[in-house]
Amino acid sequence: MTAVTKNQHTPLPGLLNDVIAMTRRNLLRLCRTPQVIVFATIQPVIFVLLFNFVFGGSIDFAEGVNYIDFLVPGILVQTSLFAAGNTAIGLTDDLQKGAIDRFRSLPMHHSAVLIGRTNADALRAALTMTIITVVGFLVGFRTDHYGGLILGVLLAIALAYAFNWVFATFALYVKDPEAAQAGAFLPVFPLVFAASTFAPVQNMPGWLQPFANNQPVTVTVDAIRALTQGMPPGRDAVMSLGYSVAILVVFIPLASRKFRKG
Amino acid sequence: MISIRGVTVDFGAVKAVDDVSLEIPRNEVRGLLGPNGAGKTTLVKVIATLLRPNAGTAVVGGHDIAADPNAVRSMIGLAGQYAAVDDLLTGRENLEIVGALYQLPKAEAKRRADEALERLSLTDAADRLVRTYSGGMRRRLDLGASLVGRPEVLILDEPTTGLDPRTRLDLWAFLRDLVSEGATVLLTTQYLEEADELADQITVIDHGRIIADGTADELKGRVGGDLVTATPKRRADLDRVRDLLATIGTGTVRVDETELHVSVPVDQRVEALVKAAQAIDQAGIELLDLGVQRPSLDDVFLAITGHAAEELTPNGDKPRKRRARR
Repeated sequence: MTAVTKNQHTPLPGLLNDVIAMTRRNLLRLCRTPQVIVFATIQPVIFVLLFNFVFGGSIDFAEGVNYIDFLVPGILVQTSLFAAGNTAIGLTDDLQKGAIDRFRSLPMHHSAVLIGRTNADALRAALTMTIITVVGFLVGFRTDHYGGLILGVLLAIALAYAFNWVFATFALYVKDPEAAQAGAFLPVFPLVFAASTFAPVQNMPGWLQPFANNQPVTVTVDAIRALTQGMPPGRDAVMSLGYSVAILVVFIPLASRKFRKG
Repeated sequence: MISIRGVTVDFGAVKAVDDVSLEIPRNEVRGLLGPNGAGKTTLVKVIATLLRPNAGTAVVGGHDIAADPNAVRSMIGLAGQYAAVDDLLTGRENLEIVGALYQLPKAEAKRRADEALERLSLTDAADRLVRTYSGGMRRRLDLGASLVGRPEVLILDEPTTGLDPRTRLDLWAFLRDLVSEGATVLLTTQYLEEADELADQITVIDHGRIIADGTADELKGRVGGDLVTATPKRRADLDRVRDLLATIGTGTVRVDETELHVSVPVDQRVEALVKAAQAIDQAGIELLDLGVQRPSLDDVFLAITGHAAEELTPNGDKPRKRRARR
């Protein structure tokens, strides 16, 4: 140990190397708890089935559209937000167990801790979204526009990634896994339900409509619906991407600063 | 190798570390001894660049912790009392990821992981999830993780706290082996015995301040040597036992009214024990127990500060007396 052997270096640039290592670590952890993935997937699948069979006949919206075609884009975006809660839980868990202290004592790029976490959780959300789409097809979801479907899922993943950073910031402040889990859902519910996720906004009370029409969930859901129906997503897609970028621009520096200060 | 000047850390109104200065030369093993809440872990966090002090400077291997934290990080290895290893990964994966984060090429990270597993006798358990490890194995893996970067400075924060005595002895063997290679080591502990076993020099810390410095023998010297402790069968005999031990000992006799025993520091442990046994026997006093033991942290504290070691509650503001041990 005394011999100062100069550490050899990987050929990869430092930050990329560290991000890959941290993403890999978080994905490995995920694979070791398959029960978590199973439950996290069953929940949105239940939403697809429940909403489709229970409300499918009673929700009043545009003529000639099947409810399942309306619902699947909604569930995809719901998954973006629900899955982001995992970032808060995973990060507070690492804080509590001392893993973060170890990383902070290493000569690594510390931003890789947060990037690796949000990356892994976005990949996990992508897996869940794939399963939801498959289940959707099984119960009658149809589209002729597979390119549009893929673009739509990418919009949902972008939003998931942005919300991962929101919850990472939240986790760094509350530090406690149980508080993180409980607190994470507070903003998620109004965003998911006061939106076009499950029912058209025009049926909501007038005072709620300006919020419901313009918030990130609605614009993303509407963009995916347009993309899967072969219509131009226009303003909704631009706003959805705008939201994701804006959230990242605000929350990446916020989370990074809090992480540095501990 | 480690040079700390006037470091102060405030947690609100409480000074967790209060104007601490410390010099640890290269290749020295320094024990930082103190009770829970004394400020040991806080000081470790400052040196390991995890916490910025409110005042003061710390320099590790010529690098200032505030100006060049990454240079400090590449010199240190940290093993903590909370055993920061990943339950859901195997032992080998844990070490390989640490290696990757030191920017080692894959083959080299793998080689060093194998090396660390081998030397901490974890090779057989290398591919098992850490979840299945015993407490002692987890601590060893944690130590292994701190070795992957081949650090010049090893920081061990209460490496054996919470382990059973046998596992502690096992771990000491590994630690002795490590420190004998001449790395500079900062070891925090609540146990005088542990500091005695592993450290060259001991710094005693209480309420965030350094209260004594020296070798284990020097510190024990301040207690006045080993302690002969007698426990009479009847409470009524406590005073007579105290008077008898006073004639044998070399320091102040302590009577513990709750535990019903009497102790006194002595010079020659065996001789003093025999004398005590004879004297008490001749006086016709029945004993439950009689023994000679090395001074504990409490005894050192009592000798230095006049009070027993106090534990701070987690919020740091309510000192609670630990019951004197004898």
